[in-house]
Amino acid sequence: MNKPLLKMSGINKSFPGVVALKDVNFTLRTGEIHALLGENGAGKSTLIKVLTGVYQADSGTIELNGIPIRTQSPKHAQELGISTVYQEANLCDNLTVAENIFIGREPMKRGRIDWEEINSRSRKLLESLNLNIDVTQTLDNYSVAIKQMVAIARALDISAKVLILDEPTSSLDKAECQKLFEVMRKLRNDKMGIIFITHFLDQVYEVSDKITVLRNGMFVGDFEADKLSKLDLIGKMIGKDYEMLEKAVKTEGLTCKGETFLTADNIASSSVKPFSLEINKNEVFGLAGLLGSGRTETARVIFGADKSEGGKIFVKDEERHFKNPIDAIKVGIGYCPEDRKVDGILPDLSIKENIVLALQTKKGLFKFIDKKTQKEIADKYIKLLDIKTPDSEQLIKNLSGGNQQKAILARWLATEPDLLILDEPTKGIDVGTKAEIQKLVLELASNGMAIVFISSEMDEMLRCCGRMAVYSEKQKLGELSGEQINEKAIMDMIAGGGAQ
Amino acid sequence: MKNLTKYKAFWPTVAFVVLLIFNAFFTKNFFAISIVDGHLFGNLIDIIKNVSPLALLSIGMTLVIATGGIDISVGSVVAISGALACSIIDKRLGFFDGSLAAALIFGLLAGVLCGLWNGFLVSKVKIQPIVATLILMTAGRGVAQLITKGKIVTINSAPMMKQYYFLGAGYFLGLPFAIFIVAIILVGMLMLVRKTAFGLFLESLGINSRSSRLSGVNTDRIKLVVYTISGFMAALSGILISSNIKGADCNNAGLFIEMDAILSVAIGGNSLAGGRFSITSSVLGAFVIQCLTTTVYAFGVPPETILLVKAFVIVILCLFQSQSFRQKLMAWREGKKVHSA
Repeated sequence: MNKPLLKMSGINKSFPGVVALKDVNFTLRTGEIHALLGENGAGKSTLIKVLTGVYQADSGTIELNGIPIRTQSPKHAQELGISTVYQEANLCDNLTVAENIFIGREPMKRGRIDWEEINSRSRKLLESLNLNIDVTQTLDNYSVAIKQMVAIARALDISAKVLILDEPTSSLDKAECQKLFEVMRKLRNDKMGIIFITHFLDQVYEVSDKITVLRNGMFVGDFEADKLSKLDLIGKMIGKDYEMLEKAVKTEGLTCKGETFLTADNIASSSVKPFSLEINKNEVFGLAGLLGSGRTETARVIFGADKSEGGKIFVKDEERHFKNPIDAIKVGIGYCPEDRKVDGILPDLSIKENIVLALQTKKGLFKFIDKKTQKEIADKYIKLLDIKTPDSEQLIKNLSGGNQQKAILARWLATEPDLLILDEPTKGIDVGTKAEIQKLVLELASNGMAIVFISSEMDEMLRCCGRMAVYSEKQKLGELSGEQINEKAIMDMIAGGGAQ
Repeated sequence: MKNLTKYKAFWPTVAFVVLLIFNAFFTKNFFAISIVDGHLFGNLIDIIKNVSPLALLSIGMTLVIATGGIDISVGSVVAISGALACSIIDKRLGFFDGSLAAALIFGLLAGVLCGLWNGFLVSKVKIQPIVATLILMTAGRGVAQLITKGKIVTINSAPMMKQYYFLGAGYFLGLPFAIFIVAIILVGMLMLVRKTAFGLFLESLGINSRSSRLSGVNTDRIKLVVYTISGFMAALSGILISSNIKGADCNNAGLFIEMDAILSVAIGGNSLAGGRFSITSSVLGAFVIQCLTTTVYAFGVPPETILLVKAFVIVILCLFQSQSFRQKLMAWREGKKVHSA
């Protein structure tokens, strides 16, 4: 066994009113990929922030190569050899690849920046990651995956002994993930220690050697990856039996059809070709397809967020024109958008205000919901959806991702919609919350709501949807329902559509 | 202390009080209030009287800035409304000659139209606010010149001169009449933003316009409304200014006052990036600026250094408002303590 490269022991950290970390241990060895797992709010981010000097631990020790260290700031951590690549790589799209790698520490020659050196070193660096790209192009020419690699290259060049990858795969497709994993394995063979944070458990098993699990700020344990089964792992993460949750969801899968709520007749927008749909009450209707296939665009045009070009929309057999989302909200439609950060939360407003906003717009400017009622509504949904927060006055940006998502769900549930469109409602959310949300979706449908459900995760779609439309290349290809729905049928349809 | 600093109004209030305390020690008779011609008279009354136009502008500017925008055309709108109102009072336009009501209505209407124009450019044409309002900032004074045919309009001989003069320079219950207008507008605006959902929509729009729209906020209409309110405030302010000098000077009325209005909002602790806002503390910010100006004059600072002194005080004030500066200062002080111990 290798000697420990990094050893964090007895780490405690509390914030006013919350204990974020309690006696957490973490040991990383050289040449090891170590997955750090836990639900949202389990303390993963806090632990990393303590390690990289964003926060100072209340107590506990950190040793790097056997020498006690105390990181003062992310920059200090970097100087010690601890580098982080974040989920949304913090790079500049308008600079070249090489500039991004050397920004802030450009090699100089005779008082000027040595561009040759920068470019050739960047090229070499990326080559060592098996990446052959033109480093003089600006970064926005490249895919998210390549940006991720550039961020890693940058971290490596600053001389990393410990590399922290925070959700590096959340916006990558399968092939891109594989490429990243190759790089990770290569770095492992170069005797580096890698901390890998992710929500995708399959990926954990694909590359990790060891797994450390946190729950509610407590250290659950560290395990050899090949000796811990996936079900056991989930059990340790959520602290309850996952199979029970799964079952609860499955038995309620429903296909019974209620009355038609919304009919789209040959609707199109600038980003989706004409399509027709019927959405019924008591039903979860899926929009299947890959990212960018037209499923989100379909939702947006139905909701009035994008301008429709031709076609008609009927709600309960009455023709409607939605110029703005508010028009759709007023007839009982809600839309939980895909990108929580950009389209969902209002970071500097309280949870309470975030929850009541849509209800307020539905009621209009002058029927003001007074502070007391606002609080009652917010508290009701905080309780119903089990949003973890000290109170409804907290700013929503202080919540973890899963709890933010629940608050956005609460925003729409508060409007008591007849049709709720959920676009990737479980993205970036831990397994426990995911199952809760799926369960909620089915419950809502069985209570009479019409639901449109969009997700990139196939098994989630299979589990929740009674009927679905399949999309590819901005076009609706066809519909599947009931027994017809399975992964192969969807894939066949997408493949067939692509060949046309 | 911590609880207090959380309020936006905290720092402008502190600044105001510090200025007053400074005056208590260093400026002779600063607080002296006498009764002249049946109304109050003194430096404090001067502040109240002169702050009114700026206070009105800062109210409108706060709303615009809360959406993440800015309105740099208010100085020109001041000139336009003043020019129009004075020209009507002085019987120069050939319609509604000499009517006070027409002067006020058309003056204010001009401001509303200017605001609608700005709002249209920002919300529908999607021009960046600073560029959109720059158009009217430069063109506005030209429009004002057209109204007055390039002349400075004085209303000394107009029949309704006295009534018009009363608005900006008259006294009511011993206090400047203009401050009552400010008070009424302030209360009205507070009702609008806190007793309807307008404030919530405005803040959500300023924080994230995309999610606000998806949650049903009519972002375009809200923008249109705030620029229109700002235009209205500028027009009202223009009427007060022209009334106070009994005339309209298109080149100099409200010159650079947009900068003071923006500064009032900033001193009031409102983020220029938009979002959370407080109208009251912007008005307090306007008071700080006016108090500073009056102090500088009353203290007898040589005229050529007045601008520098003002700038200096404002830099200090802004530094104290910045949280990161305060934290650094605290850390430095604590470091010093440890050192000496």
